[in-house]
Amino acid sequence: MNAIDKTPTSHFTAYGVELPSRLLLGTAQYPSPQIMADAVKASNAAVVTLSLRREQARGATGQRFLDLIRDLNVCILPNTAGCRTAREAITTAQMARELFETDWIKLEVIANDDTLQPDLFGLVEAAAELSREGFKVFPYTTEDLGAAERLLSAGCEILMPWGAPIGSGRGLANPYGLKTMRAYFPGIPLVIDAGVGAPSHAAQAMEMGYDAVLLNTAVAKAADPVRMAAAFAAAIEAGHTAYTAGLMEMRDMASPSTPVAGTPFFDLPPRGGAG
Amino acid sequence: MDKQSYHIHLNGERVETSASTVSALLAEQGYGNRKVATALNGTFLPERARGNKALAEGDSLEVLSARQGG
Repeated sequence: MNAIDKTPTSHFTAYGVELPSRLLLGTAQYPSPQIMADAVKASNAAVVTLSLRREQARGATGQRFLDLIRDLNVCILPNTAGCRTAREAITTAQMARELFETDWIKLEVIANDDTLQPDLFGLVEAAAELSREGFKVFPYTTEDLGAAERLLSAGCEILMPWGAPIGSGRGLANPYGLKTMRAYFPGIPLVIDAGVGAPSHAAQAMEMGYDAVLLNTAVAKAADPVRMAAAFAAAIEAGHTAYTAGLMEMRDMASPSTPVAGTPFFDLPPRGGAG
Repeated sequence: MDKQSYHIHLNGERVETSASTVSALLAEQGYGNRKVATALNGTFLPERARGNKALAEGDSLEVLSARQGG
């Protein structure tokens, strides 16, 4: 009898919270709020990211958006997107904690407008202060191992290295560095954050043993975001299952998969030419 | 006695007000009871502190709410 183990493999734990999905999804750039909500549902994401922006005096833009998110019954991970100094990020995080009633913060301190790469010095400084204040910091970082060590010492219990620059869709730009990071921190939850453009990129990260993937643009800017959300969910599940199954070692030379022993006509001399 | 009018920057816009506190300013500007987060001159100002926090000429107040984000 064929027996397939259908035990879910898709739980991962962030700051003591068991999350039933390894996909964290952003909420920006969708064609409409309804498509965003439908994409979140199709993705099975248990965590969504959002931001804080200036609220007009006579309007309720923020409240309407927050009501929509609350109805999705997912965990909220506010970000500090756009912050360029540790101080800006700390203030934004403090505002987010009050507004969203969560001590989770996706910490971004941006160094450069073109690459949106993290300012690792500001990141470590802000992470240390926010951890002291009781925040659960999800730092958007790079594959730099020294910075990663500093972030862990600062109090972070999870690391989120970039795959590629935010919004670029280039996939894993430095697979070697990311593999090294995975090997270097075997017990730390690691999430690929940013740069993922296709489900195959997400699957690649999961096959490396990453715990989860955080993405936004690849789903929001797809021709059909809801369908793409489902595609990412399937790819992340497949990649993680493959990792737990143990991938074969790559070889330089071919190796027949069909048994050689018992091959017929083995004892006949090979025919010459193409005839 | 009403406070004399003065100018602050509200979300980057120059605003004339005579509000004596941040709470009074938010009410005056029409924020009502909506849930917002505030920072005064770059420092987080918790909701509970707005009622006692006076404003002065040239202050910069940020009033933020939820938005889409990645």
